[in-house]
Amino acid sequence: MLSIDQICKIYPNGTHALDKIALDVGAGEIVSLVGGSGCGKTTLLRMISGLESPTRGAVSLDGDVILAPHPAVGIVFQEARLLPWLTVAENIAFGLDHLPKTERDKRVDEALLRVGLSGYGKRWPRELSGGQAQRVAIVRALVAQPKALLLDEPFSALDALTRASLQDHLLALWDAHRPTMVLVTHDVEEAVLLADRAIVLQPRPGRIFADIPIELPRPRDRLSPEFADAKRMVMHALDGSLSQPTPTKSGKATQPAGWW
Amino acid sequence: MSDAGTLDRDTTANARQPGARFAVFSSAFAVGLILPLATAILYEAAFRLGLVQARLLPPPSRVFATLWELAASGELLTHVVATSLRVLSGFAIGSGVGMVLGAVTGSSTAARRFLDPTLQALRAIPSLAWVPLFILWLGIFESSKIALIAVGVFFPVYLGVMGAIANVDRKIVEVGRVFRLSRAALARRVLLPAILPDFIIAIRSGLGLGFMFVVAAELMGASEGLGYLLVDGQQLGKPAQILAAIIAFAVIGKLFDWIIVAASKPFLSWQDTHQRGA
Repeated sequence: MLSIDQICKIYPNGTHALDKIALDVGAGEIVSLVGGSGCGKTTLLRMISGLESPTRGAVSLDGDVILAPHPAVGIVFQEARLLPWLTVAENIAFGLDHLPKTERDKRVDEALLRVGLSGYGKRWPRELSGGQAQRVAIVRALVAQPKALLLDEPFSALDALTRASLQDHLLALWDAHRPTMVLVTHDVEEAVLLADRAIVLQPRPGRIFADIPIELPRPRDRLSPEFADAKRMVMHALDGSLSQPTPTKSGKATQPAGWW
Repeated sequence: MSDAGTLDRDTTANARQPGARFAVFSSAFAVGLILPLATAILYEAAFRLGLVQARLLPPPSRVFATLWELAASGELLTHVVATSLRVLSGFAIGSGVGMVLGAVTGSSTAARRFLDPTLQALRAIPSLAWVPLFILWLGIFESSKIALIAVGVFFPVYLGVMGAIANVDRKIVEVGRVFRLSRAALARRVLLPAILPDFIIAIRSGLGLGFMFVVAAELMGASEGLGYLLVDGQQLGKPAQILAAIIAFAVIGKLFDWIIVAASKPFLSWQDTHQRGA
């Protein structure tokens, strides 16, 4: 279980990014973090990945406190971030240096096959489209067989068609080993399509506003009325999170800074 | 090198067939030769027809005859070797120190704050201003020449390496952190390949400056070297010898640069630029 225990993040410049976030994500569960910009979604994800550390509180995976990047936690960023001087196969194998070569090659071939890129192993990243590069980035994180996979708006830079196909790819990959997944997104449809739970965050400082279970069977039909209902529910919570008055230190309510 | 960029951009359409690519390459190369060759031929013709007095600007035939004489007597080789050795020693020292200090200041903010202001102040000094001091300290022979060349090579290499390391994409470095690379592994697997393109450019400009300063060093007093041929040609009124030395400079300068480019090419084929090799 991935457990986030009352974490706060205050940056040295005084920015209060996160305030007492508490969240437990069960093994194999998919949770999406939704929220307006600046609500600390990405900060929270970086905290879970160990790339940043919380000011107070702690993140732990199966009881193991995460203080730095952890072998059992993989992350996929908004950009593919492939290393341009390594071939596609070498990129996928980047985190597998500790394995014997045969095992490494086996996992890489399997991964390429799984995302429909077999035969692309010897290409350079520059020869891939955005969607292909992001698929490589996802399997690069998955071949290390993490217990938890974090995704930071992984499809936001892609066109709608590519995005839909990658969402399906992601679910298929998840199904193979069923890692815990935490997905940051600003796309409500994506959250509802993929997640077992949508966590709506509220900005300034980032807090959990709503925790909405999405109990639709998979594969989910984007056009079904139940899907539309779930979407409406998340959308409604999102609206609420953005129009809530933000408490200040003196306790007085102020409007969100949107006066211009 | 400047012509290679435009060449390859023209040839991308034909890049599928190596033969066609080569044909375009060689015809583009030929286009570049028209101006210098035509100028040389016209001047040669004007000289043969007695239209110009060639005392100060000898015709190409005489320049190449001089070059041939120097080569045949073995004299040219002596001078080329002397000059090359000076450039290479100065280059080795200057680029070596430049790399080390550039790596230190590029990767540590504390070291940059401590060292960089002093080095930038030294960089502001025209390098030739060091000559009298170097001669006083190191004598008039090889050491002072090599020191001058090393100073010339040092700054572009230092600046290039420091800038390259400081500008490595944080996002790429983060990938290394996510996979928990040690400091050494991060340097080897992420930082080195990331800075390589800029590093090659830095040592190429360093080498260029090395050639500039070897001329300065040899003009100031040498008994051999291409710079000596220049001075000798001036003092004895032999412009053909001066031009022959200039041609020799151009050829070995280009040759050294080409060696760096060719040696680095296999490591840079991943680059996403218009100069695609593969």
